[in-house]
Parts: sequence; C-alpha cells; structure tokens
Amino acid sequence: MIPASFQYTRASTVDEALAFLASHGDEAKVLAGGHSLLPLMKLRLATPEYLVDIGPLDELRYVRLEGDEVAIGALSRYSALVQDPVLREHAPLLAHVSGEVGDRQVRHRGTIGGSLVHADAAADLPAAVLASDAVLVARGPEGERRIPAAEFFLGPFTTPLEPAELLTEIRLPAQTGQGWGFQKFTRRSLDWAMAGVAVAGGRVGLVNLGGVPLRAMATEEALAAGASIEDAAALAAEGTNPPDEPHATAAYRRHLARVLTRRALQAASRS
Amino acid sequence: MKVSIEVNGRPVTEEVPDRTLLVHFLRDTAGLTGTNIGCDTTSCGACTVLLDGESVKSCTVLAAQADGHAVTTVEGLAGADGSLHPVQRAFREQHGLQCGFCTPGMIMASVSLLADNPKPTRDEVRAGLEGNLCRCTGYHNIVSAVIDASGQEVDR
Repeated sequence: MIPASFQYTRASTVDEALAFLASHGDEAKVLAGGHSLLPLMKLRLATPEYLVDIGPLDELRYVRLEGDEVAIGALSRYSALVQDPVLREHAPLLAHVSGEVGDRQVRHRGTIGGSLVHADAAADLPAAVLASDAVLVARGPEGERRIPAAEFFLGPFTTPLEPAELLTEIRLPAQTGQGWGFQKFTRRSLDWAMAGVAVAGGRVGLVNLGGVPLRAMATEEALAAGASIEDAAALAAEGTNPPDEPHATAAYRRHLARVLTRRALQAASRS
Repeated sequence: MKVSIEVNGRPVTEEVPDRTLLVHFLRDTAGLTGTNIGCDTTSCGACTVLLDGESVKSCTVLAAQADGHAVTTVEGLAGADGSLHPVQRAFREQHGLQCGFCTPGMIMASVSLLADNPKPTRDEVRAGLEGNLCRCTGYHNIVSAVIDASGQEVDR
C-alpha cells in the first residue's frame, strides 16, 4: 500500500512550518512521527496535497519543569518520554502511558503531539492528558493560544485546531508524589485498547468508550463525595457510548471500563 | 525528491517520488531485499530496520523522512568476511526461525532491544519484541536466541 501522491516539504523551523500552513493549510497535513498519519494515507483515508514534515524540529522536543507545571514539547517521542527523569518524577502517568503505546518500533517514531492532534478515542494519550488536566498550546498566524484538554477532543478525529495552527506544547500541573494508575485491555499487546483507564489526581480518563476520549465524571463525583473505590468504579461506564463490534461489544467494553477503573484507582491509591 | 540515505554504511542517492516508503527505497532503489514487507500496516514488524540505530517499521516511514540519516538492514549485520552477527548466529543455533519470513525484522528488533537492554530476562525479551509477529515458532526459540545472543545461559 502506497499513499496517494503528495508534495513533500521539510520545515527547518517552527516559523517555516507555520508560514507553509498559512499559505497551504487547507490542503496540507503536518507530518510529525507519521505513525497515525501515514497509515491513514496508505489506506487512502487521508489524501493531503501537501505534507509539511516537522520531524527535524528539535526545538519541539523537551520536557521541562516550569514552576508547578510540566511542559512537554509536542514532538517528543514516546521512547524519550518513557525514560525522561523529569516526566517520571513530576508526571508519572504520562511517562508510563508513553511506554504502553504500540510497540518499541512505534515508540521510536511516534510523538505525543501527533497522537493528540490525531484525536483517536482508541489511543492511550488523549485519555491520559484528560486525566492529567493538561492544556494544549497551539501556535498560528494570530499567535499562541491555550486549549484545555477537556475542550480539545471535539469528535472522532476532530480538534479545534485551525488548518494554519500547529500544536507545539502540552502543559500540565505537576503530579509530583500523587497517585496514578493506568490499565488497558488489548487482544495483542501492540493493538489499540478495547478499553483503557488513566487515573491521576482523582480524575479518570477513559480510552475507547465513545467517539471521543472521555472523563468518567460519575466515578469522579462519587470519589469526591467519599465513595469507596469499588462503588465509584461501578459507575465508570455511566454516560459512555462505546463502539459495538464483533470482537468487543459495547456491553463488554462497559464491563471492562468498570473493572479497569477499579484496578487503576487501586493502583493510584497505592502509588 | 532527491533522497540520500546511508544504507549499511554505503550512501544511496536517488530521485524518487515523494510518497516512496522507506521499505520500497531499501528494496527497489538500494536493491536490498532482505527487509520483508508483511502486513504493510505497522503491525507485524517484518520490515523492521534501524534508523540512526533505533528500530523502526520501514513500511511506516517515508524515504524522505530518512533523507540524510543512516539505515541498517539485515544485510548490514554480518562482518565483511561473512561472519554472522551474534544475533544472527544465535537465531541459527537456537533454531529461532522456521519459514524465515519474520526473521530479518525479528533480528533487527532484537539488535535494537539488546542495545538498550544488554542482559534482558525472557519476559523482557517477549515484551521487547511485542511489535514483531511470528506465525511459526511460538516465539519460544526466538526468546532463547535473544538470550543466547546476550551472552546469557539459555534456561529452557
């Protein structure tokens, strides 16, 4: 399988990428690690006229502690994030989840920003940034804007980013010393999760329980009101609308959500 | 576009369509057919090569993305005198293959794994090779081969 024809351009600075998007944004796609975009293009589900490759932009690869926030460059690769000492200490959920995405080869290429703008409800990172109360920083022709993760996933594969905007950074409150947990259930280890749960600081993000990554609000409210982990986890599938497929029915995914939420909350209470 | 990749230490430069995948550049342009195309969907790992020393699935990388970088394929592992790389030797001695289709990818993924974790446990090998599928062996002897290549005693 080969992608439909396109014109390839390599950006050597963020400004160069933004200038290209300003003139070609409607017909262009941004290529980061390519591990969400290229498979879609090979299946001809995406047929952009232009690709602007931001892969070489090392200026977007970093993890920094800034006051009580952790700032992550959007082009940071999973393989770097899983080992990053700052991330492991101050945002252990994201560090751990970065090591759970795909397989080693995928983690050598895939980027956190690429996964987030792809906005696949079956991916691990979107639920993890929701649970982390992250803010996504985008740059565009009008400058920079900050979009809370809770407002970023509008629909399947849909975000509020304009064609001329580029996701540059993910910021989250430091979770130093806080409990966290992550659980997912897959057929093969490299598959997307049938269902997954990310827990940080009392927030619960759900993988693949609907068209967008979700928060388990009923569980969170029950926890805040003092419910036990078992009772709160029993509410994890409230308000979800999971995909109903032969290999994993909606009812089975709801069951998984309740079980995995209990396990993730138990892990969080121990960590 | 004009793509220039150092393949197994040898520069390969060619004008190719922008949409050329790295695996096709390696097989068709560089003439190195050791890298197999299996699933073509980033799942099976048969097309695994090293890009700047890190394992990648070359069906999901554009040749253009590897422009100016170094790629190692299974053909680049053996010594100039034909002596096998330790991972190749171990796959042969431990019978880590049957039909051989997944083997180039398995070997390249194993080389990358051992570079990061020189003395893995059997469980770490299984986790480290999660991106490579084999339909023949049941993986047992592949794990033994990686343990052997790491210089550890193979405990069956």
